[in-house]
Amino acid sequence: MAKPEKSRTKPTARPARTSALAKGKKPAPAASRKPAPAKAPAKKAAPRPVAAKPAAAKRPVAKNLAATKAPATKPLAKKSVARPAVPARPAPAPKPATPTARPASPVKKVAPKAAPKVAPKAAPKAAPAAKAPALKVVEKVVEKVVERVVEKVVERVREPSPIPQHPLTYERPAKFEVVNHSRHKLDGLALVTGAPKFTADVDLPGLLHIKVLGSPHAHAKILDIDPSEAIKIPGVVAVYTWKDVPRIARTTAGQGYPEPSPYDTFLLDSKVRFVGDRVAIVAAETPEAAAEACRRIRVNYHVLEPVLDPAQARRPGAPIIHDEPDCRAPLPIFFDPKHNHCAHVDTKVGDVEKGFREADVVRERTYYPHYAQHCPIEPHVCVSYLDENDRLVLRTSTQVPFHARRITAQTLGIPLRKIRVIKPRIGGGFGTKQEVLLEDVCALVTLRTRRPAKWELTRAEEFISARTRHPMIVTIKAGVKKDGTMTALSMKITSNTGAYGSHALTVVSNCGSKVLPLYKIGHIEFVGDTVYTNLPVAGAYRGYGATQAAYAVECMVDELAEAIGMDPITFRQKNHIREGETSPIFKALGEGREGVSMVIKSCGLAQCIEKGMQEIGWAAKRGRGRLAAGPVKRGVGMCCLMQGSSIPEIDMGSVFIKMNEDGSFNMLLGATDLGTGSDTILAQIAAETLGCQHDDMLVYSSDTDFTPFDVGAYASSTTYLSGGAVINAAKQVRAQILAVAASMMNEPVENLVIENRIVYGKGRKNKLTFSQICNFALYEFHQFQIGAIGSHVTHASPPPFSAHFAEVEVDTETGQVKVLKYVAGVDCGTAINPQLADGQTQGGLLNGISFALTEEYHFDDKGRMLNPNFKHYKIFGTADLPEIKTFLVPTYEPTGPYGAKSVSEICINGPMPAIANAIYDAVGVRLTKPPFTAEKVLAALKEAGKRGR
Amino acid sequence: MKLTLTINGKLRSIEIAPNVMLLDVLRAAGYKGVKKGCGEGSCGACAVLIDGRPRNSCLTFAAQCEGSEVLTVEGLGTPENPHPLQDAFVRHGATQCGYCNPGSLIAAKSLLDHTPAPTWEDVKEALDGNLCRCTGYVKRIEAVLDAASLGKK
Repeated sequence: MAKPEKSRTKPTARPARTSALAKGKKPAPAASRKPAPAKAPAKKAAPRPVAAKPAAAKRPVAKNLAATKAPATKPLAKKSVARPAVPARPAPAPKPATPTARPASPVKKVAPKAAPKVAPKAAPKAAPAAKAPALKVVEKVVEKVVERVVEKVVERVREPSPIPQHPLTYERPAKFEVVNHSRHKLDGLALVTGAPKFTADVDLPGLLHIKVLGSPHAHAKILDIDPSEAIKIPGVVAVYTWKDVPRIARTTAGQGYPEPSPYDTFLLDSKVRFVGDRVAIVAAETPEAAAEACRRIRVNYHVLEPVLDPAQARRPGAPIIHDEPDCRAPLPIFFDPKHNHCAHVDTKVGDVEKGFREADVVRERTYYPHYAQHCPIEPHVCVSYLDENDRLVLRTSTQVPFHARRITAQTLGIPLRKIRVIKPRIGGGFGTKQEVLLEDVCALVTLRTRRPAKWELTRAEEFISARTRHPMIVTIKAGVKKDGTMTALSMKITSNTGAYGSHALTVVSNCGSKVLPLYKIGHIEFVGDTVYTNLPVAGAYRGYGATQAAYAVECMVDELAEAIGMDPITFRQKNHIREGETSPIFKALGEGREGVSMVIKSCGLAQCIEKGMQEIGWAAKRGRGRLAAGPVKRGVGMCCLMQGSSIPEIDMGSVFIKMNEDGSFNMLLGATDLGTGSDTILAQIAAETLGCQHDDMLVYSSDTDFTPFDVGAYASSTTYLSGGAVINAAKQVRAQILAVAASMMNEPVENLVIENRIVYGKGRKNKLTFSQICNFALYEFHQFQIGAIGSHVTHASPPPFSAHFAEVEVDTETGQVKVLKYVAGVDCGTAINPQLADGQTQGGLLNGISFALTEEYHFDDKGRMLNPNFKHYKIFGTADLPEIKTFLVPTYEPTGPYGAKSVSEICINGPMPAIANAIYDAVGVRLTKPPFTAEKVLAALKEAGKRGR
Repeated sequence: MKLTLTINGKLRSIEIAPNVMLLDVLRAAGYKGVKKGCGEGSCGACAVLIDGRPRNSCLTFAAQCEGSEVLTVEGLGTPENPHPLQDAFVRHGATQCGYCNPGSLIAAKSLLDHTPAPTWEDVKEALDGNLCRCTGYVKRIEAVLDAASLGKK
């Protein structure tokens, strides 16, 4: 692939949307599109009545005509050519044919699709009488063709497109009945009573236990592998090595297709690229037999020099990690594996050098955010079996069931239709389960042995061979004027993706796109390079690059403020983005292609700052704690944050709602609740729209056979994106309910109101329960299923905003840092469920505090992780909990469902910069190498000559 | 070998291998509420009460439990009749993914059995062995304190 383009913006640009979707069936450019030549229709007899629809095969003719001749049909025109067909919307509610509840005529009338034909009799323009007969025939044919064409155009104009148009904004109700209330979590009682709802909670007769032999070397060729001793172990059923499985390059990253991550990973390979990389797969009757078999597999490795330092990965002569010829990027994006250079992105706004010249003060510093693991309490687990129809079922702890189905089919080279993926309750994900790590292996074992199989990672495997946060080297240079104007900022990042390029490009892109728009900066330069190393594989992790970049930027902002003698809060208040403003970064940086420009329509950051300052006691504490006598100093620090809400114009979510006789609704969600409570939140959104309670919604989510598509739980998308799909479906269902009620009551729909599962007529004289309405629709007359499918794609990714404040105590004798109090205010638009939104904030920020202070990967000089357990990789427990105060700042985001934006990711980004800034306030030392453990802080204090005695 | 013990008030006799852990025996016997998070006694998801004391069942040999009384989360309450702690966990939003709840509820039950009116610090101390990555613990502690205060009334 080509070297990175040095010009502006998009070396990473995805192909135009149409071609990406059409996959080779690229439509002709609009300019060259011609009206269909007069072929078939010309031969046919007189034009038919419109009601008799033209055969589907001829539709492109009409579309192309629509595109060229009838601009009025513009929404249909382009998209219908480029996009694959989608199922038509369910029929609109039957119109009350007669005013009586039970219409007199039982004959079902088929409503004509288009009103009376108005195809103009294409007036033959003053044909001279003396025309040759042959010419007349031609003229007649032309006339008929024109007539038919016009007719079709008219038809296209009238017929609603089968392709739904997604709303750009949602109306705001006068008051909320269900939304914005802290309703109990629908699955709460089942979870706290220990109901068997998780992946591994099923018993399958004849279950095989899978164990995968991991590589002891960071970088090696497998010269020879001999499983003959392993297979002899009693109870061992199968052993597979790279020789036994298909070799198909793909990515494990569960992203939209084609993925912006390189295809550099194989089911099994003859080369291993990190300690813990897959070497062989064993399936046995017991876990013990499987473990023993792994020990008996004889492998002859040719150990290669490993790449362990990301800063050295691209140096000339470095060992090449991906030297296999078949690795590739599925999109036309930068990919240079021969130099261990996995991804590149850059963008420029203005001229940073000019900006630095304009500045009164320029500062530069490099930050080193480190490796971390998600630590879901439930490790990755997958159970596979063949169902009674001989289809493969994968019951798996995943955030991306639909991507898991697609990638498993791809990896094994089997038809997608053979696979059903079920996501039961899952025990946390935080991004690590946005990867397809187990499903391919389980599928292989079950398809080969025809027996159910289970693979469950141990905690050590979770640390070593699941996914991690990309460690980065972030160099920031920024300029500021004395009045606080930010003139220029340059951010250059080397991101370490480990042995495989999962999320390699998009995480580093997010470092820019989810951080840089926060401040108004005259000139910006952003360069991101992701490199391969022979270290654990990075992937998606809550925050997704914004965590790493916000740390660097927010520390730099503090440094700039100090340099000009301004309070860091005043400095941020002066510079942060506000409602009605935009940033060129939105357009410049997308996910593997250009982004989507947008204007901020809701921003509660000012209130987050204001209230948070009061809560932490900023005015009284800032700059005072360091003056205290004795070795223990105190300090306060803060930071501001933004994130996004879904990936605009890429991600899609959908939902199906149908009504039951008792007035309940089945809601089949593609969206994936990974413990966040999204099933509950989406039920609240549906209930608000339908006029019922959230527990009237029977939610079933994430089953590729039974629920419609959704990209899954990532990119802060579920509430904002899938919530939009829920409204789009529920609105149709509501319209159907009202239409049926109107016919039953003999009242016009406009008279009707819905209140808590009851439809009232004018003046409340008539009333019908949801149950009565559904029974009528199902059993009485004009029978049909009240129900609808809704999809949603967003055209913006409105940022939630947040301000975080930390008060810390630093013992200058020991280096020990203690967080005394932590305050976080967040603007997530309307909190659909305030208690759950608050829970997201608290959970994310405690994970962030733990990441900043204690969580750390230790490696030996061979690239082996030394502490893959909770004893030596310290995540916070209750005893470590500081005083935490969180609050929500309500705003209303017009593009979100009931005003909602995202909430789940933003909160994890704050603690590292807020604590680092607080430590600086306490002891005057800037820490650039987290985590801020006692030994590191003590070393920094010593270096600065500030160690206490 | 045969293991006889009382699980959630029911006398059970189970055929086991001498080297198996209580966690695996309980799950195989149908008590799926007992969760495995680390298998090395660090996360507390597998906590059960053995003769009234909270124990990590992943580090307890089943054979050690001959004649013991074991309480799992299933024995604490049911969806129809939840224990006040379970009810409080739901009301306070102390359950997100819920994977750690069975263990933390057992630890909380043990705390309230011995300290009916705990302080915030007592709860922090008692539940420190039960890791949770979702909630940030605040709502969990509030739930335990709320359940305790309801118990007093």
